[in-house]
Formats: sequence, structure tokens, C-alpha cells
Amino acid sequence: MTDVARSNLLHFGVLLLLVVLYFILPDYHVGNLARILVLAIYAMGYNLLFGYTGLLSLGHALFFAAGMYGLGMSMQYWTFNPASGFVAGLALALVMSAAVGFLALRTSGVAFMIVTLMFAQAGYLTILYFGEYTRGDEGFVIQQAERTLAGIDLTGPMERYFAALILFSVCFIFIAYLVRSPFGRTLVAIRENEERAKMLGYDILRHKLKAVILSGVISGAAGAAYALLFGYAGATFATTQYSIFPLLWVLLGGAGTTIGPLIGVIFMFYLIDYSSSITTAYMLIAGLALVLLTLFAPQGLAGELRKRFFPWLP
Amino acid sequence: MDFGPHFLIASLEGAVTAAILALTAMGLSIVFGVMRVVNVAHGEFYMLGAVIAWWIATLVGVHPAFGFVVALIVAPVLVGLIAATADKLILQRIEYDPDRTIVGTIGLLYIIQQTTLMTFGPDARPVQPPFNTRLSIPWFEFGENGFQIIWPWGLGTTSYKLFVIVAAVVILTALWALMTRTKLGLIMRATQQDKEMAQAFGVPVDRVYAWVFGLGAGLAAMGAILVVPIQQAHYLMGHDPLLLSFIVVIIGGLGSLPGTVIAAVLIGMSDGIISVFFSPTLAKIIATLVVAMVLVFRPQGLLGKLNA
Amino acid sequence: MASLNILTTVGLTKSFGGVVANNNIDFVLPSGRIMALIGPNGAGKSTFVGMLCGRIAASSGSVFFDGKDISGLPAHKRIALGIAYTFQITSIFSGLSIHENVALAARRRLGSDVGRVNAQVADVLKRVGLENRSDQRAGDLSYGHQRVLEIAMGLAQQPRLFILDEPTQGLAESEVAEFNALIKSLAGETTILLIEHNMDVVMQVADHITVLDFGEILASGTPEEIRANSAVQAAYLGTSADA
Repeated sequence: MTDVARSNLLHFGVLLLLVVLYFILPDYHVGNLARILVLAIYAMGYNLLFGYTGLLSLGHALFFAAGMYGLGMSMQYWTFNPASGFVAGLALALVMSAAVGFLALRTSGVAFMIVTLMFAQAGYLTILYFGEYTRGDEGFVIQQAERTLAGIDLTGPMERYFAALILFSVCFIFIAYLVRSPFGRTLVAIRENEERAKMLGYDILRHKLKAVILSGVISGAAGAAYALLFGYAGATFATTQYSIFPLLWVLLGGAGTTIGPLIGVIFMFYLIDYSSSITTAYMLIAGLALVLLTLFAPQGLAGELRKRFFPWLP
Repeated sequence: MDFGPHFLIASLEGAVTAAILALTAMGLSIVFGVMRVVNVAHGEFYMLGAVIAWWIATLVGVHPAFGFVVALIVAPVLVGLIAATADKLILQRIEYDPDRTIVGTIGLLYIIQQTTLMTFGPDARPVQPPFNTRLSIPWFEFGENGFQIIWPWGLGTTSYKLFVIVAAVVILTALWALMTRTKLGLIMRATQQDKEMAQAFGVPVDRVYAWVFGLGAGLAAMGAILVVPIQQAHYLMGHDPLLLSFIVVIIGGLGSLPGTVIAAVLIGMSDGIISVFFSPTLAKIIATLVVAMVLVFRPQGLLGKLNA
Repeated sequence: MASLNILTTVGLTKSFGGVVANNNIDFVLPSGRIMALIGPNGAGKSTFVGMLCGRIAASSGSVFFDGKDISGLPAHKRIALGIAYTFQITSIFSGLSIHENVALAARRRLGSDVGRVNAQVADVLKRVGLENRSDQRAGDLSYGHQRVLEIAMGLAQQPRLFILDEPTQGLAESEVAEFNALIKSLAGETTILLIEHNMDVVMQVADHITVLDFGEILASGTPEEIRANSAVQAAYLGTSADA
């Protein structure tokens, strides 16, 4: 079987498994999985920039929040319906990622990290500053009645799960296709040896900018979906912590792999779920996980699998 | 109060902020300058300084001044040791690889912060200042009777705040002397200039790095200990100083120590002054965006070297 | 319609602060040639080549590629016009497979046509003798083979001008012989500009030599002419040749 066929089978298998899980799992876990799927979209967006292009951003919460508030505020104040709200969220995320891309890509390495961190921090503070409209840290609830799309009430557990799964599938397949395309391969080349890629004739800046924008819009889609499916928008989602989460998920699951982000979110979600029943200091687990990962398994779970057993893993 | 006295108060508060900030940011700057490491956990070492100072002051109990002095001596050393251990256990193992160091120090941040949460708890706890007399500041006016000295109500500071400013200056001067006049300082600067050459000359680079990492943490801890009688110890108190330190180090120029001091004074003063007259949130937004733009358009900051 | 001269420079100059590394160079490279650029250390060869491919910005002067003024173009655009470049210190994608290394080089021109890309890769790898290792990790190759891989990447671009910066440095004798054969086989297909220190290689392979010294062109001509040139000998040996 060719590598391409293997990889197609894997992706199809994962999606099929996710469909089946709805019918097997108890309600509590179905609800969790819906949340996990939306966060996995965020992780996949981040992975595109970090795992494949090699750019470490510490400010992706800006894009997630842009999607979240774009949808939330337009539905709240301009009575947008969910579909237009989603588009509004995407549009805002697009604007933010283009702006950050244009500015931040003039720097590299540590400076890039700090610039992205600063922009995200400014975003969070702006949400607080306009607290009159955004309700700041407290956030606001999007009414159940409004969350219907094409006649389907998205608040029901089945509808919510499959809405999340559909969006996840679209992004999952899109990214699987993208990383196999010449564009995706070039991103990897840039990560591996930027100077060499340049001297093969590739426009490095243009590629990086596209990567930032795609990454930002996908993250924004996750934010908008989160607000729509879980009915809430709040400033906590714009904090530095929410910029660090995708880094953690991607590292844990395997940076630069297509299934890594999903694995990472699942693992971390249940790890925190379990440890928060023991202590309020559950982020300690996250801290330990990060240190252990970077010491012993910098490739992450899927990455180690790929290194040792499955070199064809996309 | 009129503008003049108000501005004076704002400046005094700004000077205190600048003093603490200079110490804290200096720690970050030294670590980056010598080791080329961005320590995201730097704010947590700051917080540890305050928390350990609280423990010591509570244990010693006798008189606030005594407890405070003990804390000021012991806590930075403890924090420095913790930092040096982290360097040996984690950072040296990953050979200071840039991406892995960022991730590792983020992990360290959560470990320190959450362990503190588990042991110290979520509340903010005060520490008594060693001395704290109110000092009224006179103001001058040209009234109908000519030149007059008046004492506007509310225009004043405390002796402790003045002490903080003086202490910071003393510590920074001592640091400068250490870096430029002692053998240890020479070794540190040599290692910063050329790591391989230093090794060829028999300098134990690994140990120097552990020392430097510890020193950086210790400086931050000192800053927190000085501020804790004014502000209270809390497990989340490291977040803002971390961001501010980043801002200072970048504006001052990565790898430039004099730049750090100048930037700390500028930013500390303006943060204090702007916060008094405008909304602190707006001030922070502007400061954050300014930093980002400085990095984008003038990456070497005020006094830094390009490719630092 | 291809120009007679694939590459020319007019008054190309580079100064770093007070030091003039390249002084007003007028250089002509006829199409189809194998031209060697030689000169003592510090003559300014790397600076010159850096300005040709756009990695170093010129202080003044112009570069023309195939009749077109490329002086204002960034490096990647110049490469895209048909120039291939190998680094003085081999620069490949060590973490990727040999196949992918060459495919990346080919893909810029051939795009998403997987069939054509794979065919081009196979063709080039066969030519340089790496066809049995295409799945191997590039970083696991010996240094000599990595240099060959880099040349293969250049070939995969089907360049009109192939610039090689000290390509035989670090190669064993047998590898140098293979290299010479490979370069000679390219005559007519593309124009080659070599920076070289190894005079054996230069004499064997080049049909034209330009000598650089102190940032200026000292001499230019066929190998025999250069060998006989006393100014060149003086520059290299510090004395003039005995008859």
C-alpha cells in the first residue's frame, strides 16, 4: 500500500471512529468529546504554524478570541444569525492574523514569540477596557434560543456533537490535503532550512504570511464554534494561558503530524479533568507534562510513533 | 490637589515601581545576556521571593524589621538555589535548545506557581514593613504674599518607599561592581562573549550558567521582597512583573545592562505617572503595543546590539 | 531567445564600512561556458557571488541575467529566473529524505504534478549516483555525498546558470574525479560558474577562468592564458614566474 493510501485510510478511520464513538460513549463523555473536537480545531490551526512551519507563536489566543467575540458580539448586539456570526468571527480572525503576520514576520525567533505575546496581551486588555460591551472576564452568555442553524437547535447534545464533528472533519481533511501539497511541503522546507528554501527560489515571507493567516483563521473558526456550541464568550479565552494551551496540546500529541493535535487535546483534557477532581492546582500537571515532554519526548506521542514505527505518518 | 503635587506623588510612586522593575528586569537581562535563554518562569522566581519572605517573617516573628532583614538575605539565596537546580536538571539536559527552553520554562512556571498555590494558598498575605513612617512633602506656591511653603493634605510618601528606592540603587551598584570588578564578573562576561573560548581557557561553563541563572532569579526575588511590604504576597503576582520585565529588557536592548536600567526607569516612571492620570488598562494597552512595535521596527531596542 | 552572455555585471561594487570588498567589477559570462572564478583568499570572490545571486546587497552597480536587469530583485526571485546555487558549506534539508530534498528543488518549477516531479527526481539521482538511497535521511549521508546531493538539487531546477561555491572542498580524491566528470557532462546544457581553490579541478574542468584579486578582476581568459599570465602568478605566489 502506498504511503498516500495509508494516510488516507488513517484519516478516514479516525473520522469514522469519531462518528461511532457518539453511539458508544455515555452522555458525559460525548459532551466532553464535542468540546475536545472544537479545541482540537484550535490545536490544528496552531500546529500548522508551529509544527509544520516552525514558527512558535505565544499569541494565538488573539485569533481564537477574535472568532469567539466576532460571533458573540455580532449575535448579541447586531442580532446576526449563527451563520453570519460565524462568518463575522472568521472575518475578524482574518483581519487580526493578517495584521499580526505583516508586523510580526518582520522579526524571528525569540522576538517573534514576544511580539505575538504582546499583541495577544493587548487584545486581552482591549476586551477588558471595553468591558461595558464585552462584559470582560465575566463574559456573556449567548441565548439558547438564538443558537439554531438552518432550523437545527445546536444546543441539543447530538446536534452539538455532530456540528463539532463536521467542522473538525472539514479542517482535518483540509490540513491533511494542505500538508501534502507543494505549499505544505514548502512550509516544512522553511522549517528545516529556511536559507536553503530561499535559494531554491521560494518566497519565504509570502509562505510564512499565508501560514500565519491560515493558522489564525482556523483558530478563529474554533473560537467561533466554541462560542456558538457552548453558548459563552469570555475574556479568559484571550489570556496568555489560552495561547499556551495549543502549544502544550501540539507538543504532547506530536508537532508536525495531522493526528497529533487531536491526541494532545484528548490526553490533556482528561488529564486535567482527572487531576482537577484531586486538587485546584491542576495546572501543575500541565507544567510537569511540559517539562517531561521537552526533556524526554520532544516529538510528542504521534511524533515518537512516527519516528519509531510509522515513518509514513503524515 | 492641584496638578503639581499630584504629579509629584505620581513620580514618587513611579520611582518605586522603577526601582523594583530595574532589579527584576536586570535578572532577566543577565540571564539572556550571558546564556541567551528566555526564562518564561522569571516572574515565578519573583513571586517565590515574596512568598518565602512571608514564610520567614512569619517564622521569625520577633520584630518586623528583624524578620524582614533575615528574609532579604535568606530568601534570594534560596530562590537562587532553586533556580540553579532547575538549570542543572532541565535546561542543561536540553542543551539550551531555544524552542525546548521556552517550553521547559513555561512548564517550570506552572510547577512553581501551582505548588505555591497548593502550599501557600490562593489568598494574598501581607508582610509588615520594617519601618513605615509617613513623610509629608512640602509644596511651593506663589500666592498673594509671595513665595510660600504649604503642606497639601495627601502629599506624602513613606520612609519605607524611600528605602526601597535607595536599596535598589545600592543593589544595582553592587551588581555593577560584581560584573565589572570581580573575577566572577569577568568570567561571566567572558562566557557571554565567546562560550567556546571560555571553555578552552578552562572556564566551567556549565557551572557559570547555573550561577548566572541563580543570580537572575535571586535579583527578581530581591525585587519582590522589597515590594511585598507595600503590595502583599500572592501566588499570581509574578505575571505582571514578567511582562513588564520583558518590555524593559526589549526596549533597553537585549543583552545591554545599562539599557535595562534606563528602560526600567523610563517605563516604571511612565507607568506610575500614566496610571495616576489615566486608566491603568489603557496605559497597559499602549505600553504593550509600543513594545511590540519597537521589536518590529527597531529590534535592537535603545542600546542593544543587533543579533543579540 | 537566449543571450550570448547569460550574466553580466556593470560596475558592481561592495563596500563594508571603509573596506571595499568588490571594486567596480565589469564581468561577462558567455552562455554555455564552464567558467572558474579564482583568486587568493580575501580577493572578494564570495562577496561577488553573493551579490550575483542576491544574498548580499550591492553598494552600487548592476547585474544582468539573460539581458534582464536583476539588480533590484530579491534572492528568491533571481533563483526563480533560472539560477541554481550551492553553498560553500553544504546546506541541505538534513531531516528530510534524499528524495524530498530533490523534489523540493524540482517542485518550484513543476508544481503539484507528482508524476513529473518524481520522474525528474529519479532522473537526477541516477545521474549523480544516489538513486538507490532515495528514502534515506539526507543527514545520514557522508559529507561528500551531501555535497553531491546539493548538486543534484541544483540540477533538478534545470537552471540556465549554475553557481557552485567551492564545491570540491572536503571531498576525497575519488569524489573529486567524479565531480569533474559530472561537471564536464553538463557542458552545453547549462552555464556553470565555479568558485574554486583546487587548481587541478579548475584546469581540468574550466574552459574559461576569471581571476579576482583585491576586489578587482586581475585577468580573464583560457586556462593556458591564465597559466602564462605573470600578474596572476605574482598574485598567487608573490613572485613573478621564471621563464
